[in-house]
Amino acid sequence: MNTFARLLSGAAIGLAVSVTSFAAVAETPANMLVIAHRIDDITTIDPAESFEFAGSDISRNVYGRLVSLDPNDLAAGYKPDLATSWEVSEDGKTITFTMREGVTFHSGNPVTAEDAAFSLQRAVILNKTPAFILTQFGFTAENATETIRAEGNKLMITTDKRYATSFVLNCLTATIGAIVDKETVMANEVDGDMGNEWLKTNSAGSGPYKLDSWKPNESVTMSSNPDYYGGAPAMERVIVRHVLESASQRLLLERGDIDIARNLNPEDIAGAAQADGVTIEDELKGRLMYIALNQKHPELSKPEVRQAFKYLIDYEGMRDSFLKGQYTIHQNFLPATYLGASEENPFSYNIEKAKELLAAAGVEDLEIEIGVREAQERIEIGQSFQNAAAQAGITVNITVGTAKQILARYRARELDVYLGAWGPDYPDPQTNAGTFAYNPDNSDEANATGLLAWRNSWDTGGLTEKVDAAVVENDRDMRIQMYKDIQAEFRETSPFVIMFQQIEQSALRDNVTNWSTGQAVTSAAYWQVTK
Amino acid sequence: MADMTLRQWLLTDTPTSRRHAKLSALYQGWLAFRSNTMAMIGLGILLLLVFIAAAAPLLAPHDPFVQNLGNRLAPLGSEGHLLGTDSLGRDILSRLIYGARITLYIVALVALIAPVVGLLVGTVSGYVGGWVDIVLMRITDIFLAFPRLVLALAFVAALGAGIENAVIAISLTAWPPYARIARAETLTIRSSDYIAAIKLQGAGGLRIITKHIWPLCISSLIVRVTLDMAGIILAAAGLGFLGLGAQPPSPEWGAMISEGRRFILDHWWVATMPGLAIFTVSLAFNLLGDGLRDVLDPKAGE
Amino acid sequence: MALAEDSGKGRVRASLPPWIKTTILTIGSIAMTMLGLLFVTFIIGRVMPIDPVLAIVGERASQSTYDAVFLELGLDKPLIVQFGYYIWDVLHLDFGTSLLNARPVSEDIARVFPATLELATLGIIIGIVIGVPLGVVAAARKGSWIDQVARVLALVGYSMPIFWLGLMGLLIFYGILGWVGGPGRVGIFYVDVVPSVTGLILVDAALDGNWDVFKNAFSHIILPASLLGYFSLAYISRMTRSFMLEQLSAEYITTARVKGMSEWDVIWKHAFKNTRVQLITVIALSYANLLEGSVLTEIIFSWPGIGSYITTALLSADMNAVLGGTVVVGLIFILLNILSDLLYRVFDPRAK
Repeated sequence: MNTFARLLSGAAIGLAVSVTSFAAVAETPANMLVIAHRIDDITTIDPAESFEFAGSDISRNVYGRLVSLDPNDLAAGYKPDLATSWEVSEDGKTITFTMREGVTFHSGNPVTAEDAAFSLQRAVILNKTPAFILTQFGFTAENATETIRAEGNKLMITTDKRYATSFVLNCLTATIGAIVDKETVMANEVDGDMGNEWLKTNSAGSGPYKLDSWKPNESVTMSSNPDYYGGAPAMERVIVRHVLESASQRLLLERGDIDIARNLNPEDIAGAAQADGVTIEDELKGRLMYIALNQKHPELSKPEVRQAFKYLIDYEGMRDSFLKGQYTIHQNFLPATYLGASEENPFSYNIEKAKELLAAAGVEDLEIEIGVREAQERIEIGQSFQNAAAQAGITVNITVGTAKQILARYRARELDVYLGAWGPDYPDPQTNAGTFAYNPDNSDEANATGLLAWRNSWDTGGLTEKVDAAVVENDRDMRIQMYKDIQAEFRETSPFVIMFQQIEQSALRDNVTNWSTGQAVTSAAYWQVTK
Repeated sequence: MADMTLRQWLLTDTPTSRRHAKLSALYQGWLAFRSNTMAMIGLGILLLLVFIAAAAPLLAPHDPFVQNLGNRLAPLGSEGHLLGTDSLGRDILSRLIYGARITLYIVALVALIAPVVGLLVGTVSGYVGGWVDIVLMRITDIFLAFPRLVLALAFVAALGAGIENAVIAISLTAWPPYARIARAETLTIRSSDYIAAIKLQGAGGLRIITKHIWPLCISSLIVRVTLDMAGIILAAAGLGFLGLGAQPPSPEWGAMISEGRRFILDHWWVATMPGLAIFTVSLAFNLLGDGLRDVLDPKAGE
Repeated sequence: MALAEDSGKGRVRASLPPWIKTTILTIGSIAMTMLGLLFVTFIIGRVMPIDPVLAIVGERASQSTYDAVFLELGLDKPLIVQFGYYIWDVLHLDFGTSLLNARPVSEDIARVFPATLELATLGIIIGIVIGVPLGVVAAARKGSWIDQVARVLALVGYSMPIFWLGLMGLLIFYGILGWVGGPGRVGIFYVDVVPSVTGLILVDAALDGNWDVFKNAFSHIILPASLLGYFSLAYISRMTRSFMLEQLSAEYITTARVKGMSEWDVIWKHAFKNTRVQLITVIALSYANLLEGSVLTEIIFSWPGIGSYITTALLSADMNAVLGGTVVVGLIFILLNILSDLLYRVFDPRAK
């Protein structure tokens, strides 16, 4: 009976299951990569709409772009992908891309300039959440067919003014720059939605992997594209499994049921590091943790008070305790590794200094509300801040809510103080400069909810113009200096207390090599991974 | 000796006044209750809880809010921290002691709100009858058919997280059974000769409900409320666990479990201790409720 | 149970046979209750300070994107009109699409409900198989050590925070001892290995003859199911005991004993047989509670069931999903109540 059962199962499972998987340390199949990750943020995988971390991971592996980042050499910046070369017109407004020949989509259709033009036009016309990454260049639903056009194997895009070429190309490496298969997508169009409904749960790309399935809150399964122009990936199947709890991810990894655990908390990282056959890899990510002071508040808008709060953060205490290994102190709006990033971190935990500044501003018995999203590390940062503020005589009331509750109030300029995180949208300094230090119209009517400076009612004190100037500067060194200057002023005057930059710690089985979560500039890539 | 006389006075078979009879009945109930060891243990634990909550500042070895990031996640029995410290280096024992206040606060508020709402709805429904009864009972059914925790969650989500809102949400899910009990009692009382006699004297509906029906419903409600207390504590802890109850840094026990959950593999005590506290208190309420039921409502028991 | 109480009070013409009258009234009151349930949920969804538009477009969307979605959701129409549209769709069995994952809510529910059903069913089986005999024995040997054990078990069951017990169970049986599977329904390798026929993994695996999957799924479900089973056991054993005591003190039992009937027959053939009806009601109620009340258990064990589905949806303002889930759970609760009511009437000798 027992033999019979084993025979049966052996035949039926076929794919991946080994009968010995109950043994102490199992091993995943050599051609398969199994990742535990929180993927409950994925709401759509249409690259024109997708804007979440886990969703970007899918798109990065499934879709090709005109230019993209090499996971083995991220520091090099964008490299040719579906476009082999590009030229900039004399007025600096038009970029002409030459498409790579002989590349096909997963459907078998060839990848053409027409597909590329369609993909970018589509993203502009659909005008979903990430559309601003493209529309900031002056593309609109009305002019999309003129500003983005295909001729033979050339794709031409014309921006409304001259921008730094690197800025434009950096934006095209983002998820929204994915090139979709026009024929397949339009075959699935419903009511003129340009295939949006269909692409939310299906894919039509040319990347190293094709999507087999995405089950919300459960799993993402991909298989390799043997015809990938860069060579078929070593891992023939990739399974990303939604595992919410850090402890569960760690146990799965220690047992060898998975190859990579991506969401371990500091305690579990410390525990997993001791286990046999597990290694930890650190990558600096682009996400910043900050506290913002609403400038509508009569006390918080005083310059000394803004300064004082920068001394009320126990930077080192937090970094060395509950944030250990997962955040590093960073007090500038450009994440380290970004063009123009600054290493200056002048503020330290100093209650006395804060008290002096508060006294100088004549602040007494201040009571404020801080909105915190319901995530353990943020609640702890909030409580640490609350504790420090209490010592300086400020009463801080913490309001914890789901992401959406708190965000709605922040966007409506209702919170006194907000504890938040910000991740860059594309690998160019403009992504953060254009939101932290840019606010052309500070009135309520402007309703510029996308700008962090506006949400905190801060008029930027002249930084807006400097940001405008930096984004069109084509001289690289000059541009770097401009951002350094903006950040130096921002550190001192802004109502943003930028505290930490994230480090993503992945725990891997030690036979996994070339793993990359994309550092600060992009998302995870699977095709270069070997075991 | 005086004690003996008092005892005899209380145990008399021939009470001299209404008050005497009432006191005598109470005393005999107390005697019956006292012989129930389990119930006495329950009562003891709860009295202790009240004492701990009242004397929290004296009993707690540390300030429950003071952080020490250098000494976080200290194990059981560390120096100065009998039950260890949590993620921010706060003393767990002190937080448990202060947490007793929150637990009592929730229990007291729910015990005030839910039965009163239930009593109102149930007696009006039972006494007035007709369409009022149908409508009110339908509403009761709607609330009964709701998944309880989901309803509570929804209300907290709608009103915003916080301890008062959690209390309201729990009360909202707790009242329908009380309304049913009160209605059933009202139906039996309404048709009694006693009420008919009062009606003949010209008493109005409001007066009958408040003066004559309510007092008769109360003893069965008290038993039910005591038995439900454990459930209320568990529901509050559940909301706290989901982050929808008391807000940080408040040492609510459910929230403390939720905080400690992350370290369960390496620092198990952080989540274990508040769990034991919740268990002890709700066990005490269950023991007390069982005992009370035996005394006040013997039919319902064994 | 509650529903039948009112059946006599409606004003249905006397000429109709009583069973038709009862049926109409029952259906009417189910419809009323469901409508009320929907309305309450709908209102909660609308007064919630979560902006459903923001929930969809995220924090970086431009105002024009935001406005487009606002109109798409019909949020510009008056509340009552929105509710009307919603009811109309529900009557066509269309719960709308989940705002967050763009899939039909009915599809989501069809996926998550079997998970809850499987868990609750195994839980109630454990509760019955242990709880009923325990209650009977406790009643038969009132005051014995078994009775005391049963009492303590029940008391502890009533007093334990389920999410904490679940955590401790995971820590000990999964984390330290490794005896059971961890969170989730099956191990990563066993996902989608057997074709989904019923949605119940244990049944699907057995149908497919794939005992490895069965073993793995069982190792995952056994801990949460035992946990739920324990809680229903606490209730069922107490109720069984008190029903049995009631029967055992009845005159016919004394008569049977006097006639020299064996104690076994007295207990099982007479007394227990007569508690059957009440027990069915109790079990149906516990089952309904397990189906709707396993929210925290599902969260602790990452069980992709309807409880965690509704909770997640609620916290992210996915009101279509919340409404759909609540309707299904509410309907099951009401139907189980009616079912136990019917059984009561069919089996209760006095009702005939």
